[in-house]
Amino acid sequence: MNGFGNKKCEYLYLMSFHIQRMPAPIRLRELIRTIRTARTQAEEREMIQKECAAIRSSFREEDNTYRCRNVAKLLYMHMLGYPAHFGQLECLKLIASQKFTDKRIGYLGAMLLLDERQDVHLLMTNCIKNDLNHSTQFVQGLALCTLGCMGSSEMCRDLAGEVEKLLKTSNSYLRKKAALCAVHVIRKVPELMEMFLPATKNLLNEKNHGVLHTSVVLLTEMCERSPDMLAHFRKLVPQLVRILKNLIMSGYSPEHDVSGISDPFLQVRILRLLRILGRNDDDSSEAMNDILAQVATNTETSKNVGNAILYETVLTIMDIKSESGLRVLAINILGRFLLNNDKNIRYVALTSLLKTVQTDHNAVQRHRSTIVDCLKDLDVSIKRRAMELSFALVNGNNIRGMMKELLYFLDSCEPEFKADFCLNFLITTVIIANTCFHCYVFLGVTAGSYVRDDAVPNLIQLITNSVEMHAYTVQRLYKAILGDYSQQPLVQVAAWCIGEYGDLLVSGQCEEEEPIQVTEDEVLDILESVLISNMSTSVTRGYALTAIMKLSTRFTCTVNRIKKVVSIYGSSIDVELQQRAVEYNALFKKYDHMRSALLERMPVMEKVTTNGPTEIVQTNGETEPAPLETKPPPSGPQPTSQANDLLDLLGGNDITPVIPTAPTSKPASAGGELLDLLGDINLTGAPATAPTPAPVPQISQPSFLLDGLSSQPLFNDIASGIPSITAYSKNGLKIEFTFERSNTNPSVTVITIQASNSTELDMTDFVFQAAVPKTFQLQLLSPSSSIVPAFNTGTITQVIKVLNPQKQQLRMRIKLTYNHKGSAMQDLAEVNNFPPQSWQ
Amino acid sequence: MIKFFLMVNKQGQTRLSKYYEHVDINKRTLLETEVIKSCLSRSNEQCSFIEYKDFKLIYRQYAALFIVVGVNDTENEMAIYEFIHNFVEVLDEYFSRVVIMNYRNVEMTPESIILLFFYLRLMGTKYN
Repeated sequence: MNGFGNKKCEYLYLMSFHIQRMPAPIRLRELIRTIRTARTQAEEREMIQKECAAIRSSFREEDNTYRCRNVAKLLYMHMLGYPAHFGQLECLKLIASQKFTDKRIGYLGAMLLLDERQDVHLLMTNCIKNDLNHSTQFVQGLALCTLGCMGSSEMCRDLAGEVEKLLKTSNSYLRKKAALCAVHVIRKVPELMEMFLPATKNLLNEKNHGVLHTSVVLLTEMCERSPDMLAHFRKLVPQLVRILKNLIMSGYSPEHDVSGISDPFLQVRILRLLRILGRNDDDSSEAMNDILAQVATNTETSKNVGNAILYETVLTIMDIKSESGLRVLAINILGRFLLNNDKNIRYVALTSLLKTVQTDHNAVQRHRSTIVDCLKDLDVSIKRRAMELSFALVNGNNIRGMMKELLYFLDSCEPEFKADFCLNFLITTVIIANTCFHCYVFLGVTAGSYVRDDAVPNLIQLITNSVEMHAYTVQRLYKAILGDYSQQPLVQVAAWCIGEYGDLLVSGQCEEEEPIQVTEDEVLDILESVLISNMSTSVTRGYALTAIMKLSTRFTCTVNRIKKVVSIYGSSIDVELQQRAVEYNALFKKYDHMRSALLERMPVMEKVTTNGPTEIVQTNGETEPAPLETKPPPSGPQPTSQANDLLDLLGGNDITPVIPTAPTSKPASAGGELLDLLGDINLTGAPATAPTPAPVPQISQPSFLLDGLSSQPLFNDIASGIPSITAYSKNGLKIEFTFERSNTNPSVTVITIQASNSTELDMTDFVFQAAVPKTFQLQLLSPSSSIVPAFNTGTITQVIKVLNPQKQQLRMRIKLTYNHKGSAMQDLAEVNNFPPQSWQ
Repeated sequence: MIKFFLMVNKQGQTRLSKYYEHVDINKRTLLETEVIKSCLSRSNEQCSFIEYKDFKLIYRQYAALFIVVGVNDTENEMAIYEFIHNFVEVLDEYFSRVVIMNYRNVEMTPESIILLFFYLRLMGTKYN
């Protein structure tokens, strides 16, 4: 018993000793298994924290044997998203160790945990330097890898020499790593690029694909960063072409084969480099033509690999100065892609076509039907691209067919598309213009609530300007809101139109469609129900009330009804509505003699700042300088509520009183116009563009604007004796100002500018803009044209009206933009030589 | 240029992640969950390229694992698509435990994790 007890004691003693000592840290494999068993996030976090604690204490003990294992675990936990910064110094210790396994983990840890932000990383520099010169290539490789991953600019500067040396070595394993490291060094310290230049001489002579690939990456990086390098490396084009050719023509090589194609990654890389080298350079492009054609025709397209190469080829062809046959080939390839079943390929094809549609419009047109089919695809990205592309392809010929498809698409597409769709639609149809007005109105009906805020004023302006369509428009809109007035933008537009053209509606004048029989009462019913409806917003109600008011001059039998409606709203809770109603009431009672003039038909609107229709304004721009405005045009000078620094000309957009005149634009390159206008479209929704509130502040108008109400001639005849001046004369462009003063209003000066061109080439797209100091007000009317013919054979005339109530000295700053001899010109000038009679 | 490389399973757990540009650690998890959400919500008929913020995501599904690569605009999407497949084939060849067609987890030996990182480093830089 005793002996047995002794043994037991001994055993227990040994056991206890065993327990007191720290157990060896678990291996990474175990850790991963343990973490896998965790069923909830909390459980996982707990395990990780426990392990982190163990690791931390192990680090404190400075345990050399297990450091490597601990850091590996730490890296894994870091990858899962847990903080691991306490391991940074340990990584350094590992790097400094002599064992390869330690170094390996140490460098890996350095790459993952350390970056420039940590000061600790600089301590690595010396280690890396030593390891770069190590006898074992794998250690050198590790060092290169790490430097290429997270080297800071100081480190790179210190070690660039070593890297460059390794770039010239014959060991291909090291060479490829050195090339990648060099890429990183160049990115961090671009000045060191020249240092690597001599080493690049022989890079492309390698047989090893790894080295070739990384060399091409290095060359690409250098070419992208420095145009000098680009010029220098152009001479490599023949060599690159040769390499590419070998890749294509060579037989099966098991090392590099991917689905039957030899090293497609290298091929893609080379194609990309060729693209960069051939851009804007005829000779290089010519050298590449053959190989590109060869790649395009010989590559197998059954697998994704082949298609990837073809895609890259197409991108290259489009970018360099290739001959037209090649370009057509490229577009045909894209067309073929579109027919492919694989959606990835279709996506890629649509993206590329979008990029090329401006330049090769006709070629892309041929694939229009396929593109339109893509509108019906299930994938969102594909649909979006197909939509953009379809809009780019719309032109005068195909618009009807296209619009039908597009409208069908609108019905079925996701809501987030609809806003973009409508915007695109607006712009496209506007550019293609009047003939498609039917479609346009149709859109208004169907797209309803998805139309954006600034679309309403745009639409209204469009409608105003298409004079011959008024009857048709108002009829369509009336029918549209008959049953349903929930879509606010639609109702707003409809209300406005009915207010304006109600008489056309009632008299049934529509030619385009079967005219409907509507009585005045029915029209008023609709408008009243809009007013009453709960679904109408305050803005919509405002539109409706104003429309009713306008009808009082257009309708004959229902004026009393209108009066009654208006007076009811004089006590509306809605302040806006109440104000309007009260003022309209006043109009009926005290100013009835002015009512018909005030509520006259809106004149054609001049150019609005939000770049709306251009063609349309053009046709009507020349009309009436006299009755100035019965109401101020929506984009006209608003009473000084906008505080603008008038001396600061910013493209005319921020300055309300200045109306830049519409540049003529052509429908031809629809794609390009689209993009330009899209860029401009996000402008000032400001009061400047809303037509409807205009009638309200009638009574408080500055006298300037009510001048038009009196039927006297506004201005003196020309012989007033004010001398004209030459405001600007430079580069062959001369602008003269002639002056007239108003009879009725001594504060108004009318300046007529005449622009002439004495050079031998016409100046096109001529735009004249002007700004005046704050105390003045300015109004620019439309110019006679936008082309100043050469040799002084003709002039552009434009009228400026200046209101100068304080009789201050007139000063003006002008901005001229035009195209001359193929380049865009712009000039700013100040005009100070106004004769005193023009402003005193 | 490749921005990041992720292997995420269907439950949203990250199996492997490599970022080629510095991203804060808490932002990483956020990024990963969002990315996997957009990948999971795609059906089979939809294409493998997604636009996400200012990246393009190219993803491929292997059984329960998604491999997602985030790139910027200049990259050839289809080449990356091939690259992903190439990567998986290499994994398959090198680590015999990985069976592409029906596997549940990516089993990592410690050596394999490390080598994986290095491989990614090299391949990734080629695409940078």
